[in-house]
Amino acid sequence: MEILRYAIYRFGTMLMTLLVVSVLIFIIINLPPGDYLSNQIAELQATGQSAGVAKAEFLRKEYALEKPLWQQYMIWMGFMPGPHGFSGMIQGNFGWSFEFDSPVADIVGDSLWLTVLVNLAAVIFVYAVALPLGVLAAARARTWVDYTTAFVGYLGLATPNFLLALILFYYGHRWFDLPIGGLMAPEFEGVPMNWDKVKSILVHLIVPTFVIGTAGASAMMQRLRANMLDELGKPYVETAIAKGMAPSRMLAKYPLRVAFNPFVADIGNLLPSMISGSVLVSVVLGLQTIGPTLLTALKTQDMFLSGFVLMFVALLTLIGTMISDVLLVLLDPRIRYEGRDA
Amino acid sequence: MTHLPDGRYVDDEPFDPQASLLELERKDLDAPNWLLVWRKFKTHRLGLISGIFLLIAYGLIPFAGFIAPYGPNQRFSEHLYSPPQSVKLFHEGEFVGPFVYPMTSEANLETFQWEFKPDTSRPLRLKFFCEGSTYNLAGFIESNRHLFCASEEATIFILGSDRLGRDIFSRVSYGAQLSLTVGLIGITVSFVLGIFFGSVAGYFGGRVDWMVNRVIEILRSLPELPLWLALSAAVPSNWSPVAVFFIISIILGILDWPGLARSVRAKFLSLREEEYVRAAEMMGATSGRVIRKHLLPNFTSHLIASATLSIPAMILGETALSFLGLGLRAPAVSWGVMLNDAQNLTSVEIYPWLAIPMLPIVIVVLAFNFLGDGLRDSLDPYQQ
Repeated sequence: MEILRYAIYRFGTMLMTLLVVSVLIFIIINLPPGDYLSNQIAELQATGQSAGVAKAEFLRKEYALEKPLWQQYMIWMGFMPGPHGFSGMIQGNFGWSFEFDSPVADIVGDSLWLTVLVNLAAVIFVYAVALPLGVLAAARARTWVDYTTAFVGYLGLATPNFLLALILFYYGHRWFDLPIGGLMAPEFEGVPMNWDKVKSILVHLIVPTFVIGTAGASAMMQRLRANMLDELGKPYVETAIAKGMAPSRMLAKYPLRVAFNPFVADIGNLLPSMISGSVLVSVVLGLQTIGPTLLTALKTQDMFLSGFVLMFVALLTLIGTMISDVLLVLLDPRIRYEGRDA
Repeated sequence: MTHLPDGRYVDDEPFDPQASLLELERKDLDAPNWLLVWRKFKTHRLGLISGIFLLIAYGLIPFAGFIAPYGPNQRFSEHLYSPPQSVKLFHEGEFVGPFVYPMTSEANLETFQWEFKPDTSRPLRLKFFCEGSTYNLAGFIESNRHLFCASEEATIFILGSDRLGRDIFSRVSYGAQLSLTVGLIGITVSFVLGIFFGSVAGYFGGRVDWMVNRVIEILRSLPELPLWLALSAAVPSNWSPVAVFFIISIILGILDWPGLARSVRAKFLSLREEEYVRAAEMMGATSGRVIRKHLLPNFTSHLIASATLSIPAMILGETALSFLGLGLRAPAVSWGVMLNDAQNLTSVEIYPWLAIPMLPIVIVVLAFNFLGDGLRDSLDPYQQ
C-alpha cells in the first residue's frame, strides 16, 4: 500500500514538473524573432504573391498566432478555448506543422514508437554491459582487466557520440555486413508488423544502441566499480571468504546486492543524457526517430512541431525517471521507511 | 653519512638529545594547504601529465597563427582533398633535413577523384621562421612569421587538405581558439549562476531553498541536447561569428549550472551551522559578506575540481551543435565546424583525414577528465 501511495505522489510531482516544462518549452520555441507564418507572409509580400498571403493570414487566425503569448500558450496546451474551442495538447491535438503542411500527429506518427524503442534498447544495453564489466573490474581491481575496462570506458566518455556512430557504421558494414542507415530495410516501411520486419529492425538497432549506450555504460560501470570496491573491503566479505564460499557466489550474494541500489537510482541521471544522445545519433545515422524531425523543425522555425517533439522528449525522460524512483523504493526498504517518517 | 661495516648508515651530525622528535613533522604540519594538495597531486601521474598538457595547449592558443603554416581560410584550388603529406629527412639515402616532395594533382575521370603524385626527384626543404600570410598574434600584433612553411614550389599539408583545399593542420590550430575557450566561458557562466543560486538556497533555506531546488530538479531532468538545439536555433543567423560564439557558450553554461548549484547548496546547509558563521553574524556581517568571505573559501578548491570535470561536456556540446549546423557557422573555425565536413560516410571512407579534428577533441576531453579526477583525489590532503 505504501508503495502505491508513493507511486501516486511521484506521478503527481511528475505532472507538475511537466507543466513547468511545457511553459519553458513554449518560451524557447517562441524565442526566435517572428514566427513561421509572419516570416512567410513577409516573404510572399516581397515577391508579390497575394494569394499565399491570404492563406497564411488565415492560418495565423486559425492557430491564434496573433493573440498575446500567454494566451497562445493556454490555447496550445488546451487550457483555454482557441478559435475551435478546447483543442490543445491535453485534448490530443498536437497542432499543425506549417513546414510539412499537415497535422503534427501525422508527421511524428510511427517515429514516436521507434524513439521509445531505440532508447529502451540503449537502456538495456547499458545494464547488460555495465553490470558484468563493473563487477569484474572491481573483483579484479588493479589488474589488466580493470585497466582495460577503465581505458575503454574513458574512451567511450571522450569520443563524441556522432563520430563514434559514423565510425561504427562504416566498420560495422565493412566487417560484419551490418546495414547502413535507417531503422529497417526500406521495403518494410509502412508495412504492418511481421516477423521479417521485426528482424530487420533488430539488426538495424545494433549500431545505434551501441553508440547511444557507450557513454552511459562507461559512466555506470565506473560508479558500480567504486561502490563494489567500498563493499569489498568490509568485514562481512572477509567472513564469507573465510567460510570458503566460491568467489562468484559470494560476490553475487552479498556485496553486489548492496552496491546495486545506486545502479537503479542512476537511471534518472542517465536518461536525460541518453535521450540527448539518441537525438544526435538519429540525425547522423538517419534513424526514423523524432531526432531528425526536431532538427528540421528547429531550423525552419516550425514551432508547433518542434514544441511537440521537445515535449515528448521531456515526457519520455520524466516517465523514465519516475519509474526508476518507484523501482528504487521497491528494491530498497530503507528508502520506504524514510518516506513514512517524512 | 657513514657506511658502517655491518651495512648500516649513520648520520655524521652530532646527536642532539634536546631536539624535538616532532621537528621533522612540524614542517609538514605547518605547510600551507596548497602545498599539501600539490604534493598529493604530484603523485597522480596521469592527472599531472594532463594538467601540463592542457597548460601548454591553452598557452599556445594566442600563437595559433604562428604555428599554422597557412591561414584558416586560405585556399589551394590545385590541392583539393590532398592526403596528408609526410615530412621526410632522407632523400635517396642522403640526409637533407626536413623536406617534402612537391605534389601534383590530376583528376581521375573514372572515379572523379583527385589523385596526387609526389615528384620524388625534387626534395624541397622546409623553411623555419619564414614569412607567409599575415595574421594577428594574440589578436592584435600583426605578423607574418610562421614556425615552418614549405618552399614556394611545394605545399605542406601535414594533416591533408579539405574539400576547398584548406590546410587541415592550420585549421585545427586556429579551431583550438574557439573550441577550447568555449568551455571556459561556459563554465564561467555556469559557475556564477551555480554559486549564486546554490549559496542563496543553502544559506537562507526555507522558501528560497524550495524554489531553487525545484528549478534544479526540473532542469536536471531535461535532456540537454534538444534544449541546446532549440536555444541555438533561436540565435539570429545574421549575427557575427563572434557574437554567435559568445551566445553559444552562454547557452552551454545556462543549462549546466544545476549540478554545481546542488553541491554548493549541500555544502552550505552543513556549513551554516558552524560557530564561526554564527560569530560573523553576531558581529553584524551582512549575508553577502558571510557567504563570500566565510563560507565560499571553504570549498573553492572543490568547486574548481568539479568545474574541471564539466568543461569536457561543454567542449563536446559545442562540437555537437556545430556539427549539426546549429552552433558556430562557416567563416568561424572550430573543431565542430570542421567535423561538419565529415558528416557523411562517403567522405569518411574516401578522405579519412577529414575526421582528424576528432583526435584533438578526444585528447582534450580525456585530459580534462584525468586532471579533474586527480584534483578531486588530492584536494583533501589530510585524508588518506
